Amino acid sequence: MKQLLILSGKGGTGKTTIASAFIKLSRVRAYADCDVDAPNLHLIARWNAAPKVTDYYGLPKAVIDCERCIACDQCRESCRFDAIFVEDGYEVDPFACEGCGVCEYICPVGAMTMEPDVAGELMLYSDAENVFSTAKLKMGSGTSGLLVTEVKKEMKAAATDVELAIIDGSPGIGCPVIASLSGVDMVLIVAEPSVSGISDMERIINTAERFRTKIVVCINKYDTNIEHTESIEEFCKERGLPLLGRIPFDSDAVKAINNGQSIVEIDCASGRAVRAVYEKAMKSLFAQKNTL
Amino acid sequence: MRIAVLSGKGGTGKTLVSVNLAAAAQDAVYIDCDVEEPNGHLFFKPQHVQEEEITSKVPVVDDTYCNGCRKCVDFCRFNALAYTNDRLIVFDEICHSCGGCVMLCPEKALTEQDKVIGKVQRGMSGSLKIHTGILNTGEASGVPIIKNLLAGIKDIPHSTVVIDCPPGSACIVMESIRDADYCLLVAEPTLFGVHNLAMVYDLVKLFDKPFGVVLNKCLEGENPAEVFCLDRDIKILSRIPFSNDLGLLTSNAEIAVRKDEKYKEVFSSLLDVVIKEVHCEATPHP
Repeated sequence: MKQLLILSGKGGTGKTTIASAFIKLSRVRAYADCDVDAPNLHLIARWNAAPKVTDYYGLPKAVIDCERCIACDQCRESCRFDAIFVEDGYEVDPFACEGCGVCEYICPVGAMTMEPDVAGELMLYSDAENVFSTAKLKMGSGTSGLLVTEVKKEMKAAATDVELAIIDGSPGIGCPVIASLSGVDMVLIVAEPSVSGISDMERIINTAERFRTKIVVCINKYDTNIEHTESIEEFCKERGLPLLGRIPFDSDAVKAINNGQSIVEIDCASGRAVRAVYEKAMKSLFAQKNTL
Repeated sequence: MRIAVLSGKGGTGKTLVSVNLAAAAQDAVYIDCDVEEPNGHLFFKPQHVQEEEITSKVPVVDDTYCNGCRKCVDFCRFNALAYTNDRLIVFDEICHSCGGCVMLCPEKALTEQDKVIGKVQRGMSGSLKIHTGILNTGEASGVPIIKNLLAGIKDIPHSTVVIDCPPGSACIVMESIRDADYCLLVAEPTLFGVHNLAMVYDLVKLFDKPFGVVLNKCLEGENPAEVFCLDRDIKILSRIPFSNDLGLLTSNAEIAVRKDEKYKEVFSSLLDVVIKEVHCEATPHP
Protein backbone atom coordinates (compact mmCIF):
# COMPACT_ATOMS: atom_id res chain seq x y z
CA MET A 1 0.00 0.00 0.00
CA LYS A 2 1.31 3.43 -0.99
CA GLN A 3 0.36 6.10 1.50
CA LEU A 4 -0.06 9.74 0.53
CA LEU A 5 -0.26 12.23 3.40
CA ILE A 6 -1.58 15.76 2.96
CA LEU A 7 -0.12 18.44 5.26
CA SER A 8 0.19 22.21 5.29
CA GLY A 9 1.69 23.60 8.50
CA LYS A 10 -0.73 26.52 8.46
CA GLY A 11 -4.38 25.71 9.02
CA GLY A 12 -7.09 26.47 6.50
CA THR A 13 -4.97 26.23 3.37
CA GLY A 14 -7.20 23.51 1.91
CA LYS A 15 -5.92 20.12 3.12
CA THR A 16 -9.35 18.55 3.53
CA THR A 17 -10.73 20.13 0.36
CA ILE A 18 -7.86 18.65 -1.63
CA ALA A 19 -7.95 15.31 0.20
CA SER A 20 -11.65 14.91 -0.55
CA ALA A 21 -11.04 15.73 -4.22
CA PHE A 22 -8.22 13.18 -4.42
CA ILE A 23 -10.41 10.55 -2.78
CA LYS A 24 -13.13 11.13 -5.36
CA LEU A 25 -10.74 11.17 -8.33
CA SER A 26 -8.75 8.10 -7.36
CA ARG A 27 -11.81 6.13 -6.20
CA VAL A 28 -9.42 5.21 -3.46
CA ARG A 29 -10.52 2.32 -1.28
CA ALA A 30 -8.69 3.35 1.89
CA TYR A 31 -8.46 6.78 3.48
CA ALA A 32 -8.08 8.35 6.89
CA ASP A 33 -8.47 11.64 8.72
CA CYS A 34 -5.56 12.16 11.09
CA ASP A 35 -6.64 15.64 12.21
CA VAL A 36 -7.98 14.16 15.44
CA ASP A 37 -8.23 17.58 17.13
CA ALA A 38 -10.60 18.94 14.50
CA PRO A 39 -11.66 16.22 12.07
CA ASN A 40 -13.71 17.34 9.06
CA LEU A 41 -13.28 14.78 6.31
CA HIS A 42 -16.26 12.74 7.51
CA LEU A 43 -18.51 15.71 6.74
CA ILE A 44 -18.06 15.17 3.02
CA ALA A 45 -17.19 11.47 2.94
CA ARG A 46 -20.90 10.61 2.73
CA TRP A 47 -21.14 7.23 4.38
CA ASN A 48 -24.65 5.98 4.94
CA ALA A 49 -23.75 3.14 7.24
CA ALA A 50 -22.79 3.88 10.82
CA PRO A 51 -19.14 3.46 11.74
CA LYS A 52 -17.71 0.92 14.11
CA VAL A 53 -16.89 3.01 17.18
CA THR A 54 -14.15 2.03 19.61
CA ASP A 55 -13.17 3.88 22.75
CA TYR A 56 -9.64 5.18 22.64
CA TYR A 57 -7.79 4.88 25.91
CA GLY A 58 -5.05 7.44 26.27
CA LEU A 59 -2.75 7.30 29.24
CA PRO A 60 -4.36 6.63 32.62
CA LYS A 61 -5.20 9.41 35.07
CA ALA A 62 -4.24 9.58 38.74
CA VAL A 63 -7.01 9.13 41.29
CA ILE A 64 -6.57 9.83 45.02
CA ASP A 65 -8.14 7.73 47.74
CA CYS A 66 -8.78 10.43 50.35
CA GLU A 67 -9.33 7.87 53.09
CA ARG A 68 -5.77 6.70 52.76
CA CYS A 69 -4.09 10.03 52.01
CA ILE A 70 -1.93 11.26 54.89
CA ALA A 71 -1.28 14.67 53.32
CA CYS A 72 2.48 14.18 53.16
CA ASP A 73 2.56 16.42 50.07
CA GLN A 74 5.11 14.26 48.25
CA CYS A 75 2.83 13.69 45.24
CA ARG A 76 2.20 17.40 44.79
CA GLU A 77 5.90 18.19 45.11
CA SER A 78 6.89 15.54 42.57
CA CYS A 79 4.25 16.24 39.93
CA ARG A 80 5.87 18.06 37.03
CA PHE A 81 2.51 18.92 35.50
CA ASP A 82 1.03 20.79 38.49
CA ALA A 83 -1.83 18.33 38.39
CA ILE A 84 -2.19 17.92 42.14
CA PHE A 85 -3.64 20.70 44.28
CA VAL A 86 -5.02 21.12 47.76
CA GLU A 87 -8.52 22.43 48.39
CA ASP A 88 -10.60 20.30 50.74
CA GLY A 89 -7.82 17.74 50.85
CA TYR A 90 -5.66 16.60 47.95
CA GLU A 91 -7.17 16.58 44.48
CA VAL A 92 -6.09 15.76 40.91
CA ASP A 93 -6.79 18.05 37.95
CA PRO A 94 -7.59 15.43 35.29
CA PHE A 95 -6.86 17.88 32.47
CA ALA A 96 -3.38 18.61 33.75
CA CYS A 97 -2.53 14.97 34.61
CA GLU A 98 -0.45 13.39 31.86
CA GLY A 99 -0.58 9.91 33.36
CA CYS A 100 3.13 9.47 34.06
CA GLY A 101 2.56 7.53 37.32
CA VAL A 102 5.15 9.36 39.42
CA CYS A 103 2.60 10.15 42.17
CA GLU A 104 1.55 6.51 42.38
CA TYR A 105 5.19 5.49 42.65
CA ILE A 106 6.06 8.02 45.33
CA CYS A 107 2.97 7.76 47.56
CA PRO A 108 4.09 6.03 50.78
CA VAL A 109 0.60 4.78 51.69
CA GLY A 110 -0.74 3.59 48.33
CA ALA A 111 -3.42 6.30 48.13
CA MET A 112 -2.78 6.94 44.42
CA THR A 113 -3.92 4.68 41.64
CA MET A 114 -3.73 5.14 37.90
CA GLU A 115 -7.17 4.61 36.35
CA PRO A 116 -7.88 3.98 32.66
CA ASP A 117 -9.22 7.04 30.86
CA VAL A 118 -11.17 7.29 27.62
CA ALA A 119 -9.45 10.08 25.70
CA GLY A 120 -11.37 9.85 22.45
CA GLU A 121 -13.22 7.72 19.95
CA LEU A 122 -12.00 5.81 16.93
CA MET A 123 -14.48 5.49 14.08
CA LEU A 124 -14.05 3.00 11.27
CA TYR A 125 -16.40 3.10 8.30
CA SER A 126 -16.14 0.08 6.04
CA ASP A 127 -18.08 -1.90 3.48
CA ALA A 128 -17.18 -4.53 0.90
CA GLU A 129 -14.99 -2.09 -1.00
CA ASN A 130 -14.00 0.93 1.03
CA VAL A 131 -12.42 1.79 4.34
CA PHE A 132 -12.43 5.19 6.07
CA SER A 133 -10.73 5.57 9.42
CA THR A 134 -11.19 8.67 11.57
CA ALA A 135 -11.28 9.67 15.23
CA LYS A 136 -12.18 12.43 17.62
CA LEU A 137 -10.02 13.34 20.55
CA LYS A 138 -11.90 14.29 23.70
CA MET A 139 -11.94 17.98 24.50
CA GLY A 140 -8.76 19.27 26.06
CA SER A 141 -7.07 15.90 25.90
CA GLY A 142 -3.40 15.22 25.28
CA THR A 143 -1.82 12.19 23.53
CA SER A 144 -3.17 13.12 20.11
CA GLY A 145 -0.08 11.52 18.58
CA LEU A 146 -1.01 8.11 19.92
CA LEU A 147 -4.53 8.46 18.59
CA VAL A 148 -3.20 9.36 15.14
CA THR A 149 -1.13 6.18 15.19
CA GLU A 150 -4.28 4.20 16.08
CA VAL A 151 -6.26 5.78 13.22
CA LYS A 152 -3.61 4.70 10.73
CA LYS A 153 -3.41 1.22 12.26
CA GLU A 154 -7.18 0.72 11.96
CA MET A 155 -7.11 1.78 8.34
CA LYS A 156 -4.25 -0.55 7.48
CA ALA A 157 -5.76 -3.52 9.29
CA ALA A 158 -9.13 -3.11 7.54
CA ALA A 159 -7.77 -2.38 4.07
CA THR A 160 -5.79 -5.31 2.86
CA ASP A 161 -4.71 -5.60 -0.73
CA VAL A 162 -5.15 -1.90 -1.48
CA GLU A 163 -2.79 0.00 -3.76
CA LEU A 164 -3.25 3.50 -2.44
CA ALA A 165 -4.26 5.20 0.79
CA ILE A 166 -4.93 8.93 1.22
CA ILE A 167 -4.42 10.51 4.63
CA ASP A 168 -5.64 13.97 5.61
CA GLY A 169 -3.25 15.45 8.18
CA SER A 170 -3.49 18.11 10.87
CA PRO A 171 -2.08 21.63 10.97
CA GLY A 172 1.06 22.50 12.91
CA ILE A 173 4.34 20.63 13.29
CA GLY A 174 3.89 18.94 16.69
CA CYS A 175 3.03 15.49 17.94
CA PRO A 176 -0.02 14.61 15.78
CA VAL A 177 1.84 15.71 12.65
CA ILE A 178 4.96 13.77 13.58
CA ALA A 179 2.84 10.68 14.30
CA SER A 180 1.06 11.01 10.96
CA LEU A 181 4.39 11.22 9.07
CA SER A 182 5.78 7.88 10.14
CA GLY A 183 5.57 5.23 7.44
CA VAL A 184 4.03 7.31 4.65
CA ASP A 185 5.44 7.19 1.10
CA MET A 186 4.88 10.77 0.06
CA VAL A 187 3.78 14.07 1.61
CA LEU A 188 1.82 16.65 -0.37
CA ILE A 189 2.18 20.12 1.15
CA VAL A 190 -0.70 22.49 0.43
CA ALA A 191 0.86 25.95 0.51
CA GLU A 192 -0.87 29.31 0.63
CA PRO A 193 0.65 32.45 -0.89
CA SER A 194 0.94 34.72 2.14
CA VAL A 195 3.78 35.76 4.44
CA SER A 196 2.30 33.54 7.17
CA GLY A 197 1.71 30.68 4.74
CA ILE A 198 5.30 30.72 3.51
CA SER A 199 6.74 30.78 7.04
CA ASP A 200 4.53 27.85 8.06
CA MET A 201 5.31 25.91 4.89
CA GLU A 202 9.05 26.16 5.56
CA ARG A 203 8.55 24.86 9.10
CA ILE A 204 6.47 21.87 8.01
CA ILE A 205 8.94 21.04 5.22
CA ASN A 206 11.83 21.13 7.72
CA THR A 207 9.83 18.80 9.96
CA ALA A 208 8.89 16.37 7.17
CA GLU A 209 12.45 16.25 5.81
CA ARG A 210 13.59 14.60 9.04
CA PHE A 211 11.57 11.56 8.01
CA ARG A 212 13.28 11.37 4.63
CA THR A 213 9.89 11.07 3.00
CA LYS A 214 9.38 12.32 -0.52
CA ILE A 215 7.84 15.81 -0.41
CA VAL A 216 5.84 17.53 -3.16
CA VAL A 217 4.10 20.91 -3.06
CA CYS A 218 1.01 22.53 -4.57
CA ILE A 219 -0.16 26.12 -4.14
CA ASN A 220 -3.79 26.75 -3.26
CA LYS A 221 -5.57 30.11 -3.80
CA TYR A 222 -2.51 31.05 -5.84
CA ASP A 223 -4.16 34.09 -7.42
CA THR A 224 -4.79 35.82 -4.07
CA ASN A 225 -1.18 36.93 -4.11
CA ILE A 226 0.86 36.23 -7.24
CA GLU A 227 4.03 37.71 -5.77
CA HIS A 228 4.04 35.20 -2.90
CA THR A 229 3.06 32.39 -5.26
CA GLU A 230 6.23 33.14 -7.19
CA SER A 231 8.32 33.13 -4.01
CA ILE A 232 6.94 29.70 -3.09
CA GLU A 233 7.87 28.42 -6.54
CA GLU A 234 11.33 29.90 -6.17
CA PHE A 235 11.69 28.29 -2.73
CA CYS A 236 10.67 24.88 -4.07
CA LYS A 237 13.15 25.14 -6.91
CA GLU A 238 15.96 25.99 -4.49
CA ARG A 239 15.09 23.12 -2.19
CA GLY A 240 14.61 20.69 -5.08
CA LEU A 241 10.97 20.03 -4.22
CA PRO A 242 8.65 19.12 -7.13
CA LEU A 243 5.85 21.64 -7.61
CA LEU A 244 2.64 19.95 -8.74
CA GLY A 245 0.66 23.02 -9.71
CA ARG A 246 -1.43 26.05 -8.83
CA ILE A 247 -5.06 25.99 -7.74
CA PRO A 248 -7.04 29.25 -7.99
CA PHE A 249 -9.24 30.82 -5.32
CA ASP A 250 -12.76 29.82 -6.20
CA SER A 251 -15.99 30.81 -4.46
CA ASP A 252 -17.64 27.77 -6.10
CA ALA A 253 -15.37 25.60 -3.94
CA VAL A 254 -17.05 26.96 -0.79
CA LYS A 255 -20.46 26.22 -2.30
CA ALA A 256 -19.50 22.64 -3.14
CA ILE A 257 -18.14 21.99 0.35
CA ASN A 258 -21.20 23.52 2.00
CA ASN A 259 -23.31 21.10 -0.05
CA GLY A 260 -21.19 18.23 1.23
CA GLN A 261 -19.54 17.70 -2.16
CA SER A 262 -15.92 17.60 -3.19
CA ILE A 263 -14.77 20.27 -5.65
CA VAL A 264 -14.30 17.76 -8.47
CA GLU A 265 -17.97 16.85 -8.43
CA ILE A 266 -18.99 20.20 -9.89
CA ASP A 267 -17.56 21.97 -12.92
CA CYS A 268 -15.37 24.72 -11.47
CA ALA A 269 -11.94 26.27 -11.93
CA SER A 270 -10.46 24.91 -8.70
CA GLY A 271 -11.79 21.44 -9.49
CA ARG A 272 -10.08 21.42 -12.88
CA ALA A 273 -6.80 22.60 -11.37
CA VAL A 274 -6.88 20.00 -8.62
CA ARG A 275 -7.38 17.27 -11.23
CA ALA A 276 -4.06 18.24 -12.84
CA VAL A 277 -2.35 18.26 -9.43
CA TYR A 278 -3.82 14.85 -8.69
CA GLU A 279 -2.48 13.31 -11.88
CA LYS A 280 1.01 14.60 -11.21
CA ALA A 281 0.84 13.41 -7.61
CA MET A 282 -0.05 9.88 -8.69
CA LYS A 283 2.78 9.83 -11.20
CA SER A 284 5.17 10.99 -8.52
CA LEU A 285 3.95 8.49 -5.95
CA PHE A 286 3.97 5.44 -8.20
CA ALA A 287 7.10 6.36 -10.14
CA GLN A 288 9.14 6.07 -6.97
CA LYS A 289 9.98 2.40 -7.25
CA ASN A 290 11.41 2.91 -10.73
CA THR A 291 13.74 5.66 -9.66
CA LEU A 292 15.13 3.74 -6.71
CA MET B 1 -8.11 41.97 30.78
CA ARG B 2 -7.03 38.82 29.05
CA ILE B 3 -8.72 37.91 25.77
CA ALA B 4 -8.05 34.52 24.18
CA VAL B 5 -8.74 34.24 20.45
CA LEU B 6 -9.45 30.73 19.25
CA SER B 7 -11.13 28.61 16.58
CA GLY B 8 -11.15 24.86 16.18
CA LYS B 9 -10.31 25.12 12.53
CA GLY B 10 -7.08 26.60 11.25
CA GLY B 11 -7.07 29.52 8.83
CA THR B 12 -10.32 31.14 9.98
CA GLY B 13 -8.58 34.37 10.95
CA LYS B 14 -7.37 33.98 14.55
CA THR B 15 -4.15 35.84 13.87
CA LEU B 16 -5.96 38.49 11.80
CA VAL B 17 -8.35 39.19 14.68
CA SER B 18 -5.72 38.96 17.44
CA VAL B 19 -3.20 41.18 15.71
CA ASN B 20 -5.71 43.86 14.78
CA LEU B 21 -7.42 43.78 18.15
CA ALA B 22 -4.09 44.35 19.89
CA ALA B 23 -3.18 47.07 17.39
CA ALA B 24 -6.51 48.82 18.02
CA ALA B 25 -5.72 49.03 21.74
CA GLN B 26 -3.37 51.73 22.97
CA ASP B 27 -1.61 49.71 25.59
CA ALA B 28 -1.70 46.02 24.81
CA VAL B 29 0.33 42.86 25.08
CA TYR B 30 0.06 40.42 22.18
CA ILE B 31 0.99 36.84 23.03
CA ASP B 32 1.36 34.27 20.25
CA CYS B 33 0.65 30.83 21.72
CA ASP B 34 0.49 29.13 18.32
CA VAL B 35 4.05 27.97 18.97
CA GLU B 36 4.03 25.36 16.20
CA GLU B 37 3.30 27.95 13.53
CA PRO B 38 3.66 31.44 15.05
CA ASN B 39 2.69 34.21 12.64
CA GLY B 40 1.86 37.31 14.69
CA HIS B 41 5.50 38.46 14.75
CA LEU B 42 5.48 38.53 10.96
CA PHE B 43 2.82 41.26 11.16
CA PHE B 44 4.26 43.25 14.07
CA LYS B 45 7.94 42.93 13.08
CA PRO B 46 8.87 43.65 16.71
CA GLN B 47 12.02 45.56 17.64
CA HIS B 48 14.41 45.34 20.58
CA VAL B 49 13.71 41.63 20.72
CA GLN B 50 15.01 39.73 23.70
CA GLU B 51 15.22 35.99 23.35
CA GLU B 52 14.89 33.34 26.02
CA GLU B 53 15.63 29.69 25.34
CA ILE B 54 13.00 27.28 26.63
CA THR B 55 14.17 23.94 27.85
CA SER B 56 12.64 20.76 29.11
CA LYS B 57 14.34 18.12 31.19
CA VAL B 58 15.40 14.84 29.61
CA PRO B 59 17.14 11.90 31.26
CA VAL B 60 20.77 11.08 30.51
CA VAL B 61 22.20 7.67 31.32
CA ASP B 62 25.63 6.95 32.72
CA ASP B 63 26.49 3.57 31.18
CA THR B 64 29.03 2.76 33.87
CA TYR B 65 26.28 2.67 36.51
CA CYS B 66 23.40 1.18 34.47
CA ASN B 67 23.11 -2.52 35.20
CA GLY B 68 20.30 -3.17 32.75
CA CYS B 69 17.54 -3.79 35.29
CA ARG B 70 15.03 -2.05 33.00
CA LYS B 71 12.92 -0.69 35.82
CA CYS B 72 12.92 2.68 34.10
CA VAL B 73 11.86 1.12 30.78
CA ASP B 74 8.92 -0.60 32.47
CA PHE B 75 7.92 2.55 34.33
CA CYS B 76 7.96 4.98 31.39
CA ARG B 77 4.41 5.21 30.08
CA PHE B 78 5.54 7.35 27.16
CA ASN B 79 7.87 4.63 25.82
CA ALA B 80 10.74 7.09 25.80
CA LEU B 81 13.25 4.53 27.06
CA ALA B 82 14.44 1.25 25.54
CA TYR B 83 17.12 -1.23 26.46
CA THR B 84 18.74 -2.88 23.45
CA ASN B 85 22.18 -4.30 22.72
CA ASP B 86 23.10 -3.97 26.40
CA ARG B 87 22.50 -0.24 26.40
CA LEU B 88 19.79 2.10 27.62
CA ILE B 89 18.52 4.44 24.91
CA VAL B 90 16.55 7.64 25.57
CA PHE B 91 14.17 9.03 22.94
CA ASP B 92 14.23 12.73 23.84
CA GLU B 93 11.43 13.75 21.46
CA ILE B 94 8.78 11.66 23.17
CA CYS B 95 9.97 12.15 26.77
CA HIS B 96 7.40 14.11 28.80
CA SER B 97 9.95 15.14 31.45
CA CYS B 98 8.01 13.56 34.32
CA GLY B 99 11.24 12.68 36.12
CA GLY B 100 10.01 9.22 37.11
CA CYS B 101 12.94 7.25 35.67
CA VAL B 102 15.51 9.37 37.49
CA MET B 103 13.56 9.02 40.71
CA LEU B 104 13.35 5.24 40.66
CA CYS B 105 16.70 4.12 39.22
CA PRO B 106 18.22 1.95 41.94
CA GLU B 107 21.74 2.44 40.59
CA LYS B 108 21.43 6.23 40.26
CA ALA B 109 22.53 5.85 36.65
CA LEU B 110 20.11 8.48 35.37
CA THR B 111 20.37 12.23 35.75
CA GLU B 112 18.46 15.05 34.07
CA GLN B 113 19.73 17.52 31.56
CA ASP B 114 18.12 20.60 30.07
CA LYS B 115 17.29 20.30 26.42
CA VAL B 116 16.36 23.33 24.33
CA ILE B 117 12.96 22.79 22.67
CA GLY B 118 12.32 26.31 21.45
CA LYS B 119 12.34 29.95 22.44
CA VAL B 120 10.31 32.93 23.54
CA GLN B 121 10.91 36.31 21.94
CA ARG B 122 9.80 39.53 23.61
CA GLY B 123 9.88 42.78 21.71
CA MET B 124 8.03 46.02 20.98
CA SER B 125 5.95 47.21 18.05
CA GLY B 126 5.21 50.88 18.71
CA SER B 127 3.65 50.95 22.16
CA LEU B 128 2.65 47.28 22.01
CA LYS B 129 4.51 44.46 23.70
CA ILE B 130 4.86 41.43 21.44
CA HIS B 131 5.59 38.00 22.91
CA THR B 132 6.12 35.05 20.61
CA GLY B 133 6.69 31.39 21.37
CA ILE B 134 8.53 29.31 18.77
CA LEU B 135 8.81 25.52 18.96
CA ASN B 136 11.84 23.97 17.29
CA THR B 137 10.99 21.74 14.34
CA GLY B 138 11.04 18.06 15.24
CA GLU B 139 9.85 18.67 18.81
CA ALA B 140 6.51 17.14 19.77
CA SER B 141 5.14 19.41 22.47
CA GLY B 142 5.04 23.18 22.84
CA VAL B 143 3.28 23.14 26.22
CA PRO B 144 6.39 24.26 28.21
CA ILE B 145 6.74 27.25 25.87
CA ILE B 146 3.09 28.23 26.37
CA LYS B 147 3.52 27.91 30.14
CA ASN B 148 6.47 30.29 29.98
CA LEU B 149 4.54 32.75 27.78
CA LEU B 150 1.57 32.84 30.11
CA ALA B 151 3.38 32.77 33.44
CA GLY B 152 2.67 36.05 35.16
CA ILE B 153 0.02 37.37 32.76
CA LYS B 154 -2.38 37.62 35.68
CA ASP B 155 -0.08 40.24 37.15
CA ILE B 156 -0.09 42.54 34.13
CA PRO B 157 -2.21 45.44 35.41
CA HIS B 158 -4.94 47.22 33.48
CA SER B 159 -3.64 46.52 30.04
CA THR B 160 -5.27 44.46 27.35
CA VAL B 161 -3.66 41.07 26.79
CA VAL B 162 -4.53 39.32 23.54
CA ILE B 163 -3.71 35.61 23.39
CA ASP B 164 -3.50 34.16 19.89
CA CYS B 165 -4.24 30.43 20.38
CA PRO B 166 -3.25 27.39 18.33
CA PRO B 167 -5.97 25.62 16.30
CA GLY B 168 -7.79 22.55 17.59
CA SER B 169 -9.18 21.77 21.01
CA ALA B 170 -6.42 19.61 22.50
CA CYS B 171 -4.27 20.12 25.60
CA ILE B 172 -2.27 22.92 24.03
CA VAL B 173 -5.39 25.05 23.42
CA MET B 174 -6.68 24.38 26.91
CA GLU B 175 -3.39 25.57 28.33
CA SER B 176 -3.72 28.79 26.31
CA ILE B 177 -7.20 29.72 27.54
CA ARG B 178 -6.75 28.64 31.15
CA ASP B 179 -6.22 32.16 32.53
CA ALA B 180 -8.30 34.09 30.01
CA ASP B 181 -11.11 36.39 31.17
CA TYR B 182 -12.86 36.18 27.84
CA CYS B 183 -12.75 33.96 24.75
CA LEU B 184 -13.30 35.18 21.21
CA LEU B 185 -14.26 32.41 18.81
CA VAL B 186 -13.45 33.16 15.18
CA ALA B 187 -15.59 31.27 12.67
CA GLU B 188 -15.78 31.09 8.90
CA PRO B 189 -18.95 30.44 6.93
CA THR B 190 -18.25 26.89 5.76
CA LEU B 191 -19.45 23.45 6.74
CA PHE B 192 -16.00 22.76 8.20
CA GLY B 193 -15.98 26.10 9.98
CA VAL B 194 -19.26 25.39 11.75
CA HIS B 195 -18.24 21.90 12.77
CA ASN B 196 -15.06 23.23 14.38
CA LEU B 197 -16.86 26.21 15.92
CA ALA B 198 -19.13 23.71 17.67
CA MET B 199 -16.02 22.06 19.11
CA VAL B 200 -14.50 25.19 20.64
CA TYR B 201 -17.97 26.23 21.79
CA ASP B 202 -18.04 23.01 23.84
CA LEU B 203 -14.53 23.76 25.10
CA VAL B 204 -15.29 27.26 26.39
CA LYS B 205 -18.50 25.98 27.98
CA LEU B 206 -16.57 23.17 29.65
CA PHE B 207 -14.21 25.73 31.15
CA ASP B 208 -17.05 28.07 31.96
CA LYS B 209 -15.46 31.00 30.12
CA PRO B 210 -17.49 33.97 28.94
CA PHE B 211 -17.27 34.15 25.16
CA GLY B 212 -18.53 35.68 21.95
CA VAL B 213 -18.17 34.95 18.24
CA VAL B 214 -16.55 36.88 15.40
CA LEU B 215 -17.84 35.84 11.99
CA ASN B 216 -15.03 36.22 9.47
CA LYS B 217 -15.01 36.02 5.65
CA CYS B 218 -18.76 36.68 5.52
CA LEU B 219 -20.23 36.31 2.03
CA GLU B 220 -23.64 37.15 0.60
CA GLY B 221 -26.25 34.56 1.33
CA GLU B 222 -26.73 32.13 4.15
CA ASN B 223 -23.91 31.81 6.67
CA PRO B 224 -23.98 28.41 8.39
CA ALA B 225 -21.82 29.75 11.26
CA GLU B 226 -24.32 32.55 11.84
CA VAL B 227 -27.20 30.08 11.87
CA PHE B 228 -25.33 28.00 14.45
CA CYS B 229 -24.94 31.06 16.71
CA LEU B 230 -28.52 32.28 16.31
CA ASP B 231 -29.91 28.82 17.07
CA ARG B 232 -28.03 28.73 20.34
CA ASP B 233 -28.38 32.34 21.34
CA ILE B 234 -24.62 32.88 21.11
CA LYS B 235 -23.48 36.49 21.01
CA ILE B 236 -22.11 37.58 17.64
CA LEU B 237 -19.75 40.47 18.36
CA SER B 238 -18.64 41.33 14.86
CA ARG B 239 -19.14 40.38 11.23
CA ILE B 240 -16.10 40.90 9.02
CA PRO B 241 -17.04 40.74 5.34
CA PHE B 242 -14.93 38.77 2.91
CA SER B 243 -12.92 41.28 0.92
CA ASN B 244 -10.02 41.15 -1.44
CA ASP B 245 -8.29 44.20 0.03
CA LEU B 246 -8.31 42.78 3.57
CA GLY B 247 -7.12 39.45 2.15
CA LEU B 248 -4.28 41.13 0.31
CA LEU B 249 -3.21 43.21 3.33
CA THR B 250 -3.19 40.08 5.47
CA SER B 251 -1.36 37.94 2.94
CA ASN B 252 1.35 40.60 2.88
CA ALA B 253 1.45 40.52 6.71
CA GLU B 254 0.25 44.12 6.96
CA ILE B 255 -1.77 45.21 9.98
CA ALA B 256 -5.10 46.38 8.55
CA VAL B 257 -5.81 48.67 11.52
CA ARG B 258 -2.61 50.60 10.83
CA LYS B 259 -3.24 50.82 7.07
CA ASP B 260 -6.90 51.62 6.69
CA GLU B 261 -9.28 53.79 8.76
CA LYS B 262 -12.13 51.48 7.84
CA TYR B 263 -10.52 48.54 9.63
CA LYS B 264 -9.43 50.71 12.54
CA GLU B 265 -13.12 51.38 13.02
CA VAL B 266 -14.04 47.65 12.78
CA PHE B 267 -11.51 46.44 15.34
CA SER B 268 -11.80 49.41 17.71
CA SER B 269 -15.50 48.79 18.02
CA LEU B 270 -14.90 45.05 18.47
CA LEU B 271 -12.47 45.89 21.28
CA ASP B 272 -15.07 48.18 22.88
CA VAL B 273 -17.69 45.46 22.73
CA VAL B 274 -15.33 42.92 24.30
CA ILE B 275 -14.36 45.32 27.09
CA LYS B 276 -18.05 45.91 27.84
CA GLU B 277 -18.70 42.17 27.85
CA VAL B 278 -15.85 41.52 30.26
CA HIS B 279 -17.06 44.23 32.67
CA CYS B 280 -20.55 42.87 32.44
CA GLU B 281 -19.27 39.39 33.33
CA ALA B 282 -17.20 40.80 36.19
CA THR B 283 -20.25 42.40 37.82
CA PRO B 284 -21.73 39.86 40.20
CA HIS B 285 -25.28 38.92 39.34
CA PRO B 286 -27.66 39.46 42.25
